[in-house]
Amino acid sequence: MAQRDGTWVAMIIFPEHIGPINVVAAVPYFAVLCIIGFILTIVPGLIWIERVVMALMQDRLGPNRVGPRGLLQSIADGIKLFFKEDVEPAGVDRPIYYLSPIIAMIPALSAGATIPFGTIRVRLESGSITEVPLVAGNVNIGLIFILAMASLQVYGIVLAGWSSNNKYSLLGGLRSSAQMISYELAMSLALLTGILMSGSLNLVDIVKQQAPNLLHWNFISVKYFAVPGLAASLIYLIAMVAETNRAPFDLPEAESELIAGFHTEYSSMKFAMFFMGEYASMLVASGLATCLWFGGWYAPFRWIVWDWVPGFMWFVGKVMAIIFAYVWLRATLPRLRYDALMKLGWKRLLPAALVVLFVVAAVDTMQTPLDVERRQPVVQVHKPTQVPMLAAPQGVR
Amino acid sequence: MSGQIALFWLLAVVSVCSALLVVLHRNPVRSALFLVVNFFVLALLYLTLSAQFIAAVQVIVYAGAIMVLFLFTIMLLNLGAPNALTDTRSIQKPTAIVLALAFVTILTGTGMVNSGMAASHASSSTLSTGGTVQTVGLALFDANQPWLFPFEVTSVLLLIGVVGAIVMAKRRI
Repeated sequence: MAQRDGTWVAMIIFPEHIGPINVVAAVPYFAVLCIIGFILTIVPGLIWIERVVMALMQDRLGPNRVGPRGLLQSIADGIKLFFKEDVEPAGVDRPIYYLSPIIAMIPALSAGATIPFGTIRVRLESGSITEVPLVAGNVNIGLIFILAMASLQVYGIVLAGWSSNNKYSLLGGLRSSAQMISYELAMSLALLTGILMSGSLNLVDIVKQQAPNLLHWNFISVKYFAVPGLAASLIYLIAMVAETNRAPFDLPEAESELIAGFHTEYSSMKFAMFFMGEYASMLVASGLATCLWFGGWYAPFRWIVWDWVPGFMWFVGKVMAIIFAYVWLRATLPRLRYDALMKLGWKRLLPAALVVLFVVAAVDTMQTPLDVERRQPVVQVHKPTQVPMLAAPQGVR
Repeated sequence: MSGQIALFWLLAVVSVCSALLVVLHRNPVRSALFLVVNFFVLALLYLTLSAQFIAAVQVIVYAGAIMVLFLFTIMLLNLGAPNALTDTRSIQKPTAIVLALAFVTILTGTGMVNSGMAASHASSSTLSTGGTVQTVGLALFDANQPWLFPFEVTSVLLLIGVVGAIVMAKRRI
């Protein structure tokens, strides 16, 4: 990206070998540590942000006792949860009861593996400089992998609801499975629109294709006359909120009718793991939205001040903006009624997503030359390694 | 290479055990869960064969969508209680055992088990380029390949299935 050479981060060029470590091969391991570390340490901060922002919006004080502006409140809560008694209700299905908090958390964390959050530059032995994306798994099924992990997440909630031996929990679990299946369709179709606009499933390629400036970001892509991108990204954002079971779609845990839904019977660290899973999936969904619609780690356009902000800061900033939108929604919108939720998912979002997909496909077809010879697809086939998910990274371009 | 073989055997043992438990477990919810495990391990096996796309689709479609519906139905019908479905005096069990034995005998008799493993060893280098999204897409939609028509016909078949389900579920259309 020649037009991106101005930033100071781009001036830092790593050698290919630092001591015995091959930098290019070490990047995925570093990225894994970054993603897991970031998600696990930012959750108390997110909870604090949520409480303070909601308090400001609702004209309350919010947390203000532990630490300055209640900053340490989340940490105190964490310590409390850690030392709380672990209550196991009578008649639970024990293995599943203990497994489901883990099942709720692990897919959310592992979905983060394919989300790229920046680049570093490496000078190879041959002397050429290459950009290495900071991503744990630079695989060409990146986006489908995230979808697969998201589809596994529902098990944590459904099984928790079923194994707790509690009617309210079961109702929460059933609602959740219905809701997540319904909104997965609209979300997949919106993602498909984004894939069609980007021409790749690899999230690194998707982000790089939006590099030049704001007008090339998928949510307002001028190539598709802005409107389909806006509609598809809006559909994705709505479905994303429903998929992560957040207000106004938090039917599975609706306090007023189901006590706490699927996690009514969970206490101490098991409850904390559900909490972590929810926030991890929020972060991953926001990261995916950032990569697919909002230009990943790139600044909106070149400006002398922004050039000094490194790429990963842009990425984190965009993710945090989407998290803020989550909190904003929670503070302002009332919970949907169940039939209204289903109506919105099946009768509004799904047809709208289909129409948008059709429009984007039509525009794409019109922009493709009709000459048959030139329509032969020019895709570079990635050279897969023997064990693609477990071995070293492949895409060093 | 030995690590890969160790991984294969680990996955193979887990998948066969979970498949057996699907049939043998008495609790329907547990059975369904073992089926999820089986599908997931199968996806991992696809990954070791570099069939990334098929692996992801396996997880999305089978583990993520179909099995959730299975669980949903089981929970809705409240079949969760153990021994709820114990099937006494049924000819299913002996029939299943006889059929399974016959299947294994035929497979080994025709030498498919051994030759299949030998073949996968021989062609592993050619297989390793065949599983990415690009190659699968090119194989399916390339006009020079014979797969485009069957693929499109399958999609029409699925559409008919969807319409049929709606017709049967709705009282008045």
